Amino acid sequence: MINKCVDSAKNAIKNIKSRDNILIGGFGECGAPLELIDALVDSDIKELTIISNNAGIADRGTSKLLQAKKVKKIICSYPRSLDSYVVDDLYKKELIELEVIPQGTFIERIRAAGAGLGGFYTLVGVGTMMAEGKEIKIIEGEEYIFEKPLKGNVALIKAYKADRWGNLVYKKTARNFNPVMATAADLVIAEVDEIVELGELDPEEIVTPGVFVDRVYKCKKVYDDLLQNVYVKKHQMKNK
Amino acid sequence: MSNFKPLNKKQIAWRAAQDIADGCVVNLGIGIPTFISDYVNPEIEVIYHTENGMLGMGPAPKRGEEDFYLQNASKELVTIVKGGSYFDSALSFTMMRGGHLDIVFLGAFQVSEEGDIANWSIGEKSMVPSVGGAMDLVVGCSDVRVLMQHCTKDNRSRLIKRCTYPLTAKKVVKKIYTDLAVIDVTPHGLLVKELVEGLSFGELQNLTEAKLILDNNCKILKAPAT
Repeated sequence: MINKCVDSAKNAIKNIKSRDNILIGGFGECGAPLELIDALVDSDIKELTIISNNAGIADRGTSKLLQAKKVKKIICSYPRSLDSYVVDDLYKKELIELEVIPQGTFIERIRAAGAGLGGFYTLVGVGTMMAEGKEIKIIEGEEYIFEKPLKGNVALIKAYKADRWGNLVYKKTARNFNPVMATAADLVIAEVDEIVELGELDPEEIVTPGVFVDRVYKCKKVYDDLLQNVYVKKHQMKNK
Repeated sequence: MSNFKPLNKKQIAWRAAQDIADGCVVNLGIGIPTFISDYVNPEIEVIYHTENGMLGMGPAPKRGEEDFYLQNASKELVTIVKGGSYFDSALSFTMMRGGHLDIVFLGAFQVSEEGDIANWSIGEKSMVPSVGGAMDLVVGCSDVRVLMQHCTKDNRSRLIKRCTYPLTAKKVVKKIYTDLAVIDVTPHGLLVKELVEGLSFGELQNLTEAKLILDNNCKILKAPAT
């Protein structure tokens, strides 16, 4: 019988090693596997390379990994935000290595890794500092730059519902980087809000087929009230 | 200097909104462009794309209807309209890079005579560099429009011969809306299509480092009070 469900976040992150490259899903905190990240914070793993769109907000999520000195390098597209004081500070003190990639190139490099491709040529970044050191090729009269695949040892992703085969569906804009990251790591761990019986997910609506997923962990708190409240309060302040 | 009144930020957005046709799929960047949707003709249908993975983005939610799972690329809570859809980041950037959006409206630090744009970094180590989707957006869309103040706070021109900040992309901007003028980027140079009332072309040129050309049919740039 196939059963990918694990009973705790600690067991979910088993076998992750120091110096691993870790893909983490989420656009900001929306779609980030916050309980899996917390389990990493509580582990003795260190010197990680984090591959994620952002680099943590306030003292939550990826910021906690940074504060716990677990991270050697971050590869991302948009580390800056109003509340990104943890990464801001580490960057200014040169205590972290930071690689910034255009967001579309970032996700396409991960897609290439997951699809078994050796990379791709893109117009994005041509004539800018993103092109420095990269192979240039003229295709049908236009200048392109070559981008390599970007793979993880591990992917920590967030989905809405799963079954024991690891089939996944996502919720609204929390989908973002998660389905692509699910294809591009040796070990793929999904944190989900609900686990349903096999057959309950409509095959027409499954976004990530279970073949990509190794472990499923049902989170303790569904984006707990705290986080919903943080966003609602901010929203109501702005739209008074 | 003669007596003229620059548009405020919302008036710049109002002016840009008047150029959106029925059925357009658009992406609104951070800054002044975020106000555009407030001024689009309510009689037409415009589909808003947000790069974190949604087409058909709607206005801010009403009190009590906020949903953490429904955010835009600025990480603000939003809504989705009838006909809207969710998708992953690879498909979102397929839309952007693959030329499937009709118009992209962006803010900018600088735009050059040839339509080069610098809008993601001021090249200083004190600020964490963050590019996000800016480069993908401007490279993929054939109709890139910039909304910005004509000059910086210390009165330096943002329209310049060559960008001095790190580039986002070369030769991509098609149209520029500022608080003083509406300008087309053409193969011959920057063509001034509209000027605020009371400002002469010579005065605009004096405020602008880039070389400007006056359109024969230049109109007055007007926007209602906002």
